[in-house]
Amino acid sequence: MIILNCPFCGPRDHSEFDYGGDGSITYPSLDAPVEDWHAAVFLRDNICGVQTETWQHTQGCRMWLLVERDTMSHEVHSIRPAHPGHAAVLEGKV
Amino acid sequence: MTARRLSSGGRIDRSQTVTFRWDGKRLQGFAGDTLASALLANNQRIIGRSFKYHRPRGVMSAGVEESGAIVTTGRGARSEPNVKATQQELFEGLVASGQNAWPSVRHDVGAVSGLFSRFFAAGFYYKTFMGLPPFETGRGTGIWMQYEKLIRKAAGMGSASRLPDPDVYDHAHGFCDVLVVGAGPAGLAAALELAQQGRDVVLVEQDFELGGDYLAQSDPQAITRRDTQVAALRAAGVRIMTRTTAFGLYDNGVAGLLERVTDHLASPDASLPRQRFWTMRAGRTVLATGALERFISFGNNDLPGVMTPNAARSYLNRFGVLPGQRIVVATNNDSAYAVAGELAAAGAQVILADARSDAALVAPKGVELRQGLAPFNASGGRGVSGIEFASQQGGAWRVAGREACDLLLVSGGWSPVINLASHLGARPIWDSALACFLPGKTRSDIHMAGSAAGVWQTEACEASGTAVARQVIGADTALPAAGGWQTPIAPLYEVRVPGRRTKAFVDPQHDVTGDDVRLAHQEGFVSVEHLKRYTTLGMATDQGKMGNIIGLAMMAEALGREIPQVGTTRFRPPYTPVAIGALAGRHTGPHAKPLRRTPLHDWNLRQGAVMTDAGLWHRPWYFPHAGEGMAEAYVREATAVRETVGICDVSSLGKIAIQGPDATEFLNRIYTNPFAKLPIGRARYGIMLRDDGIVMDDGTTWRLGESDYLMTTTTTNAGKVMVFLEELLHTRWQDLRVHVTSVSDHWAGVSIAGPKSREVIAPCLEDGEAVTNDNLPFLGVRPVRLKGGIEGLIARISFSGELAYEIYVPSGYGEAMMALLWPQAQAQNGVLYGLEALGALRIEKGHVTGAELDGRMTIDDAGLGKMASPKKTFIGDALRRRPELTDPNRPQLVGVFPKIRSDTFNAGALLTAPGEDSGFGDGWLTAVTHSPALGHWIGIGYIAGGVAAWEGRRVLASDPTRRGPVEVEIVPPIMFDPKGDRMHG
Amino acid sequence: MTKFSAWNVFWNGLTGQKGWGRQWRDPAPKSHYDVVIIGGGIHGLATAYYLAKNHGITNVAVLEKGWIGGGNAGRNTTIVRSNYARPGNREFYEHSLKLWENLSHELNYNVMFSQRSHISLLHSPGAIDAAARNYNTLRRTGTPDAEIWSLERLKQVVPHLNYAADARFPIMGAAVQKRAGTARHDAVVWGYARAADQFGVDIIQNCEVIGLTRDNGRVTRIETSRGPITAGKVALSVAGSTSRLWSMAGLGGLPIETHKLQAFVSEPIKPLLDQVVVFGIGGAHFYISQSDKGGMVFGGDLDWYKSYAQQGNLPIVQDVSEAAMSVLPCLGRVKLLRHWAGVVDMSMDGSHFLCKTPLDNLYLNAGWNYGGFKASPAAGWYLADLVANDRPHETIACFDLKRFERGLQIDERGAGPDPKLHG
Repeated sequence: MIILNCPFCGPRDHSEFDYGGDGSITYPSLDAPVEDWHAAVFLRDNICGVQTETWQHTQGCRMWLLVERDTMSHEVHSIRPAHPGHAAVLEGKV
Repeated sequence: MTARRLSSGGRIDRSQTVTFRWDGKRLQGFAGDTLASALLANNQRIIGRSFKYHRPRGVMSAGVEESGAIVTTGRGARSEPNVKATQQELFEGLVASGQNAWPSVRHDVGAVSGLFSRFFAAGFYYKTFMGLPPFETGRGTGIWMQYEKLIRKAAGMGSASRLPDPDVYDHAHGFCDVLVVGAGPAGLAAALELAQQGRDVVLVEQDFELGGDYLAQSDPQAITRRDTQVAALRAAGVRIMTRTTAFGLYDNGVAGLLERVTDHLASPDASLPRQRFWTMRAGRTVLATGALERFISFGNNDLPGVMTPNAARSYLNRFGVLPGQRIVVATNNDSAYAVAGELAAAGAQVILADARSDAALVAPKGVELRQGLAPFNASGGRGVSGIEFASQQGGAWRVAGREACDLLLVSGGWSPVINLASHLGARPIWDSALACFLPGKTRSDIHMAGSAAGVWQTEACEASGTAVARQVIGADTALPAAGGWQTPIAPLYEVRVPGRRTKAFVDPQHDVTGDDVRLAHQEGFVSVEHLKRYTTLGMATDQGKMGNIIGLAMMAEALGREIPQVGTTRFRPPYTPVAIGALAGRHTGPHAKPLRRTPLHDWNLRQGAVMTDAGLWHRPWYFPHAGEGMAEAYVREATAVRETVGICDVSSLGKIAIQGPDATEFLNRIYTNPFAKLPIGRARYGIMLRDDGIVMDDGTTWRLGESDYLMTTTTTNAGKVMVFLEELLHTRWQDLRVHVTSVSDHWAGVSIAGPKSREVIAPCLEDGEAVTNDNLPFLGVRPVRLKGGIEGLIARISFSGELAYEIYVPSGYGEAMMALLWPQAQAQNGVLYGLEALGALRIEKGHVTGAELDGRMTIDDAGLGKMASPKKTFIGDALRRRPELTDPNRPQLVGVFPKIRSDTFNAGALLTAPGEDSGFGDGWLTAVTHSPALGHWIGIGYIAGGVAAWEGRRVLASDPTRRGPVEVEIVPPIMFDPKGDRMHG
Repeated sequence: MTKFSAWNVFWNGLTGQKGWGRQWRDPAPKSHYDVVIIGGGIHGLATAYYLAKNHGITNVAVLEKGWIGGGNAGRNTTIVRSNYARPGNREFYEHSLKLWENLSHELNYNVMFSQRSHISLLHSPGAIDAAARNYNTLRRTGTPDAEIWSLERLKQVVPHLNYAADARFPIMGAAVQKRAGTARHDAVVWGYARAADQFGVDIIQNCEVIGLTRDNGRVTRIETSRGPITAGKVALSVAGSTSRLWSMAGLGGLPIETHKLQAFVSEPIKPLLDQVVVFGIGGAHFYISQSDKGGMVFGGDLDWYKSYAQQGNLPIVQDVSEAAMSVLPCLGRVKLLRHWAGVVDMSMDGSHFLCKTPLDNLYLNAGWNYGGFKASPAAGWYLADLVANDRPHETIACFDLKRFERGLQIDERGAGPDPKLHG
C-alpha cells in the first residue's frame, strides 16, 4: 500500500485515490496546433525515479494533487494541491 | 519408527482427550496437539506422498516449513487440500486424510513411477511428449495434449472441492505504532520494551501459543520466563494476535496478516468468520521471525522417520511425544546437542554423529557421540531403519559404518527467516561463518531481531529483542552480534561417496535431487532463478524453506564459486499459503461489487420490474404483465409510449451541478456545440469529446441561473465525466471560477414520455399551467412544485421522440412523486417502461448510446458532426482533425431494415456486401429491436461511407457465430418520425 | 547438441544423463555484431532465432541485464489467444497463434502449448452482442474456432462456475476461442535460446546496457556492464524498460507508460479447471487457468499507478481474489502460494509498436500492454523481418510510432489515450 498524505484529509491508502498521470505536462491551449496536442496527449517521458504526477483523492476530498514520487521505490517525497488557489487556502494566504 | 506418547510432560492437556479421523481410522490425541503430534503419538508413519515419484513422506518438522506431512482436511465443501499437519491444531472430530495417492498414502500405486525415476530427471518433460515417440514425429499440439491429460492427472497434490466454499471470511483493518512479528524470546522482549515505552504495539504469532522457542525447551525456567513476559505484555496493553501469520510486507509499513479464527474449533460459533485477512498499517515493523533448521542432502533423506532435531525437541518437550526409540542425530552444529541429551533422558537410545571433529565437543549425558561422521545413506522401505555413515578421508567422503535406527534427526544448520524483509527487496547477505543468509540492509522502518538476525541463544535473542526495540524508539543501542555457538558450524550440504549412487533429495516435496541440480548445471541453468525454474526446486507448498540453500550450495560447488556469488532468489509473498477465500473476504457472490440502487428501486420492484445490470446499477429492464416474457413486455411498453404515455426511472443518469461566474465559459469549452448563449430556463443537448477527439459522452445541460447549470451524463460515464471536469478545473484551467459537484444521488428522476404525458403531469403539479406549450416549450426547464409541496425541476426533453418530460425531485421524495404520477398515468392507459423499451424507442429514432459511442467513434461517425461548432474551439477539437479521423470512408451511423420485413437479426452482426464471405466487412450492427411503430425488426449500426454509399445496395448482416446471414437494407438512422413532429407537439 | 526426443530421454536415463550439454552457450561479448538485440526475454530471443533462421543473419547478440526470461517472460499468466478484432492486431495475433501451434516441433523443445480453449464469460445481452461482433470478425478472418456459447452449453463444459441467480453479475453466455490456451513460459524462453544458440547467436547474460552513443542519426556504440559493443543494427525489446533505453538514446517521449501487473499462483491441486476462463465486469478484469503442475494461475487489473517496481500491493491482491471467488466459489479453501509483479509497457491505445525509429539503425519492439506473451513468436518473426529488410511487413505497417499523429488508434477496448485503462 502506498500511503498518500492528502493535504486536506491526512494520510490515506492509495486505494482511495486515482492515479492521474504525468504531472509535468502543460496542456496546450484549445486552439494550439495539432502537433502540440499530440505531444501532450500521447508522449510521455515515463521516468524511472522521482517524477511529478497527478492523483485525485476520488474517495475523499476529490482534490487533484501533485505528488513527487519515486516510481521504483514508491517513496513519496512531496504532495500538494494541484490548484494554486487550493494551496494558498491551505497555507492561510487567502 | 516407534513413536509414542510419554506418560507425562509437554503442554498438552491430558484431561481433554480429542478424537479425530485419519484416513478413516479413529485416533485419539489431546487438546494442545497438532495433527502431526497426534499422528506421531499414534505412531503413524506415512502421512503424505511426494509430488513426482509418490515416495512415502512422514513428519519432517514441527512447523510451517513442513514438506512431507501434507494432508487434506475436512469433508465435502469444507475439504481443504494441502494442509500441513504440523500447523493444523487438533480438535474433536477433525477429519484428515492422505492425498496424492491411490488407494491410500500407505499403499500408493503411483509409487511405481519411482521405478522410472532415472528417466524423469529435471526438465525431462521439455525434451519429449511433443510428437510420437521415439523421435517426436508430428506437427501441432495434438499429441502433446494427449500426454498433457495424463500429466495433469498425475500432478497436483490434494483435490479441491467443486462446491462453493460455505464459510465466511472477513476483512479487517488495523493501525499501530509498531508491529512485532513473532512471539518467541526476541519478539516478546521487543514487544514488551516497546509497550513499556508507550508505543502502541501489535504482536502477531502464527502458532496458537505465544512463546516460540520457549515452548520447545525442556528447562522449566523457559516456560516461567515465557509466562512472565506474556503477563507483562498483557499488562502493558500490547494487542496480541495468535494464530495469525504476517504473510507479506508491502509499501509504507503495510503488512498482510491472516488470522485463523475458527480452524481449530470443533463447532465454531456460526457468527464468526473462518479466517480474517488484516491490512495492518504499522509505523515500524520488528521481524522476530526466528530461524528454521535445514537438513542435509544424502541418500534416502526423505524417508519417513527423518526429521530435524528441533522438530523432535518440540514433539518431546511441547507435545510429550517421543518420536523414536533408537535415534541417530546427525549434525554439523551445536544446536542438536541439547536435543540429543533430552531424548536420551526421555528413555531413547541416542547416537549423536557430528560431522565435525573437535576436542571441545562433549557428549550430552546418556548420548554416544561419534565425531567426524555424517549421514550418507538411509535405509528402509516405508520408514527409516538404519543409516550408513560417511567420514572425510583425503578430501572425499568414504563409507564409515552403519547404525540401525528408527528415527534419524538431521541438522545441517539454521536459516534465519528473512522472507518478509525480502518481500520489500532487502538483499540477504551470506555469512560464511554461520553458514546462513543474514538479513541485509532493510528499509529504515523494518528491524530484525533474534534468530531472524542470526542470533542463536535464548538470552541473546531476548537481549536482541530489547535492543531492537530501543533502536525503534530512537536510542543508539548496540545490537547483540549474530552467532552464539561454542564450536563453529562446519558447513555441510550434501554427503556423497564416490562410486555410490543414492537418491538424495534437496526438495523432498517436489522430489528434486542433487543429481537434478547437477543436471541443471550441466545444461547451463546456473543462475538461481533458472535452477529453480528448471528443477522446480523450492516451488512446492513449503516454498523451499528447508531445502533451497542446499540447492544453492550444490550449484555453487558445481560452478566452483561461493554461495553469495550464485545468489539467492527473492522471496515472494505470501510467507505461508493463504486461502483465496480469506483474501476475497465478503466481497463475493451477490456482494462481488457494490450494487447501486436508484431512489425508486424498491418502488420499481413493487411494480414487478425485472432488473438488469447497467454498470454497477440495477435498472428496470421491463415490467411484465402476467404471462408476458421480455419480448411481449417491451413491445407493449414501447407501443404505449407512442400511443399514450410511459414512465421510466432515469435516476441513474449522472447529474453534475456546475456553478460559478465562469460556468458558461467552462461548458463552452467542454462541449462541441455552443453553450455561450443558452438562456436561463433552457436545456441543450451537448456532446463532449476526449482530448484525442473521440466522443466521450453526451447528455443535456440545463441552465438554472446566471451561473448555475445542471449537467446530465449517461449512467455509464457519470464518474468518468465528473473526474474529467475536476481535472480540467484543478490542473488545466486554474483561472476559471467554477465549482462542480456530483448531485447524481441527490435527485430521483423520471422520464414521462408519450402524447398523454402532459395530461399525466399537469394534475400532479400545484400549478398545472407550468407545463403548457407556452410555459414549458421543447427544451424548456423550470422549477416546479408537485402537489404536497415537493420542490423539483422539470425539463421538456425527449429521448423517445415523443412529447416528453423529465422530472427530478429530491431522492427522498421519489416515491411520493410516483404516488402522484403513476395513478395519473394509469388513468391514461399508460405504462411503466424499462431499458428494453427505452432501447426500442431510441433505436427507432436513431439516438446513440454507449453501444454506438464505444470510445472509438468520432462525432462525425455518429452522424452528429453538425454539433461540432466551427466558431469556437473545445476539448478534442485539435486532435479530431487528424487525417485517419476525417477519412470520408470511415463508418457512419445508419439505420438497418431486414430486406424481408419478417426477418430478424442480431446486434453484433457484421454488415457486408453479398459475396464477401471473409474479411472484416464494411460495418456492423450496434443495436437491434423489434420496432412496434414500424411493425418489423430494425437496427442501427455503422457502415463505411454511410447511407450515401449503401442506400439501395444489397447488404448482408453476417453473424456466423450465431446464425446464417440475413439480407438487409441500409436506411437513414432516424427511422421513425424523422422530422420530429411528435416531440414538438 | 543432442536432439530432444523420447529416445534420447530414454537413452540418457540409462546412461546417467551424460549426453545433455548446455542448452545455450555462455559466450563473452564480442566487440561487434551485425545485429544486437537488447533484452533477453522471449521477444528478443525469438527475434534472434528468426533473424538466423528466416534471414540467415547469425552474427547476432542478445544482451540481457540479468538472466534470460527474468522479466515479464517469467512473470506472466501464460495465456495464448488471438481473439483480437481490430485490423492489424487481427492478422498479427493470428500469425502468432499459428507459430505457437507448431512451436514445440520448430524449436525441438516442448513449450507445452495446450490448446484448451479460452472462455470469456459474458454477463449481459449487450456484452454478448459486443463479443459477437468481435468473434464474427474472427470467424471471417481466419479463426474458425471462434464461437459464442449459450449458457446451457457453458454449464455442460464448465459445470462449477458460479451460475447462481443471485450472483452479482449472472453469467449469460460465453465467447470461446478453442485454439487458444496456455503454454509453459520458461520453456519458450529456453527453447528460443537453445534454437538461436544453435544458429550461432550469442546470448549474453548479466550484461546491462548503460549507454547508447549516437552519431549522425545512428546508434554507434552500446555501452554495457561488460564493455562497449558496436552493431550494424540495434533492436530494443525491453518491455517496461523501453523508456529508459529510449532516453539513453536521447529520443524524448514515447507513447508508453510503465505499469505494474501482478500475477498469482495457488498451491498445486488435482485438475479443477480445464480451460482458460476470463471475465470483465463492474470495472474489474480477471483471468484464470490451471497449470499442468496443478497451480491455479490467475491475475486481474494493473495496480492502477505507474510503477517500475516488480512488487505489488494488497488492494489488487484483494480485488483479484474477490474476482476469483465470484467466478469459482469453490476456490475459497485453495491457498495462494505466491504472488509477484511484472512491469508492463502500457501504450496509449493498448496496441504495440514494431517499427523503425528516428535513428536509422535502431528498431523498436514495445508497447505490449497485457499481450506480450502470446505475441512473442510473431513479435520476433516480424521484428526479424523488419531488421533484416529495413522496411515493415504490411501486417505491422500500422504499428508505427507515428500512428497517433495520423489519428490511428488501434484500441480494442475503446479506452482512449490513458495507458492504465488498456489492461
